[in-house]
Order: sequence, then C-alpha cells, then structure tokens
Amino acid sequence: MNRSDFKQGLKGGAIIALSSAPFGVLFGAVAIDNGLSFLETLLMSATVYAGASQLVGIELFGQRVEPWLVVLSVFAVNFRHILYSAAIAKFVRHYTPLQKALAFFLLVDPQFAEAFRRGESGQGVSFSWYFGFGAVIYVCWSISTMIGAWFGRMIGDPASIGIDILLPVYFLGMVLAFRSRWGFYPIVLASAVASIAAYHTVGSPWHVSIGAAAGVIVATVLPLPAKQEPDAAASEAEG
Amino acid sequence: MSTALDINTVLLILAAAAATYVTRIGGYLLITRMTSIPPRMEAALNAVPAAVLTTLVAPAFFEGGWDVKITMLVALGVALRFPGLLVLVAGWATVMICRHLFGL
Repeated sequence: MNRSDFKQGLKGGAIIALSSAPFGVLFGAVAIDNGLSFLETLLMSATVYAGASQLVGIELFGQRVEPWLVVLSVFAVNFRHILYSAAIAKFVRHYTPLQKALAFFLLVDPQFAEAFRRGESGQGVSFSWYFGFGAVIYVCWSISTMIGAWFGRMIGDPASIGIDILLPVYFLGMVLAFRSRWGFYPIVLASAVASIAAYHTVGSPWHVSIGAAAGVIVATVLPLPAKQEPDAAASEAEG
Repeated sequence: MSTALDINTVLLILAAAAATYVTRIGGYLLITRMTSIPPRMEAALNAVPAAVLTTLVAPAFFEGGWDVKITMLVALGVALRFPGLLVLVAGWATVMICRHLFGL
C-alpha cells in the first residue's frame, strides 16, 4: 500500500461519502418501513452496496413481490455496472486477483467516474488510491444506513439543510470534467434527452440505463476520432 | 427495533448482492476475454462516463423546482473554472439561499 495514494483516495472519497449519506439514511428508513429488521437492513447495504437498486428492491419486497422478480429487478437496475467494469478494465489490469475482486465489489457510480478520470489523465489508478476512495464511501454508506434505520423519519427533511442537492451537483461537475473529450456534446445530448423521456414514460430508476444506452449507442455511430490517445497534458496540473 | 434475521429475507438479500456483483465484475470478465477491442467498441466504452453521469444530472434538473434549476446553473458556471469541492460549496450555498431567503 502506498500511504500518500491511500490518503488521497480517502480525501476524495470523503466528499462523495458525505454527499451520499442522505441517501443511505433514506434507504435505512424506507427499509424499516417496508418490514426489514435492523440487521437485515444493514446486511443489504453492506452486501448489495448500490443505492438505487436497494431502494427498488426494498420497494418490491414491501409489496410482497416474488423473490426472483426482486433479484431480477436489482440486476436490471445495476446493469450499467457491466459497462463500468468493461470501461475500467484497462486501468486495473495490474491488480492481483484478490484486489480485482474487492475493487469490483466497490465499483459504485462515483468510484467508477473518479477512477476512469484518474486513469485517463495518466495519474494511474493504484490499488491504494482505489481502496482508500472506496473504503470511506462504503463505511459511510453502512453507517448512514444504520442511522436511517434507527431514527427513521425523525431525521427530517434533507431539503431544508440542502444536502439533497449535493449528489446532482457533484455528478454535474463530473460530467463537465469530460467535456474536452471526443464526442462529448452529442453523447451528453443523447443521454439527456433519452433519460428525461424515459423518466417520464418508464419511470425511475430505469431512466439511468436507458439514457446511458442512448449515449453509448451515439458514440458507436459517430465518426471515429483521428487519434484516440487520452491527453496526458491535462493531468499534469492535478499532480 | 427488531434485530431478527429471517432466513428467507437473508437469502433474498444475498441473491440480490450476488446479482449486483455479477454486473460489477461481468464487464471486466467479458472484455479481458477479447484478444483485441474493435475501435467502435473502444469508443463506446470511453463514452460510458459521460453517458451515465448525464442521466443522473439531466432529469434532476428538469424535474427539480426553480431552486434546483438555479443551483445547477450556478454549479455549471462554477464547474467550468473551479475544482469539485468549490462546485459543491457553491451549489449548497445557492440552494440554501434560494430556499431560505427567497422561499423557492
């Protein structure tokens, strides 16, 4: 383990951990409402570790839907992760098998976005950095789930203290970090239009997979760039 | 508060966890089985971050009230020049001002 990489990971992950805490609290409260026990709620956050799919799963569980359908729905909501692990493959090839197994377990949306950006900028995605970044989010997700499960809806409205805005704003910043990339505008436009249309027709959280698919499909039909090397120059400023 | 563990519920949770893990490792297993990646596939994979992240942002903007819309526009402006943490602070400050000073 490289200490400075690990610390840098912890620091970056802490911002995400705080931003996602309201959703962990929300999940904890909803899970108890839907009939899960405290330990079962914690078990779900600790093993599934995927916010949107946990909420979908718990909603279906509460409605006494067939178990196989609950599992299938969780799988469908999480399908985008297949793209994540394929896209990130080139940056984590040097991990040991055990490190890979752990790394993919921790591969949530911001983990993917930051690791990909880091890899493309040429900083390298060391396991120390990756693990530090992921561990702090994972621990905070479990703790916030427990808080939600214990205190339920007593916590009050996250909107009045403005924490509900943190994740959308964070993701907006991440989108813009990719703006100098090939095909950025057509891809983003396709994803935006498709996700909003899907949000209105199919509903949440399916709009994520549908919108993402639209953007990726546009990328496959755009004229290919002349040169596909990532620009290492932009990264130097970060170091 | 119940701390009970129901065996069927635990099995359901573990099955959901396994299904999730399959999605997280599946793409890697598939892509490393390929000897070479066609350029179009490479382009598609490189589009993944922007494509997915956009779906987490665009509906939030369009479905949100004026407080959310104004905040995200401010955040967009700040993000063009400044790093992530400042963007978060600016977004948080804007939404608090919108909600508590202007009652949006």
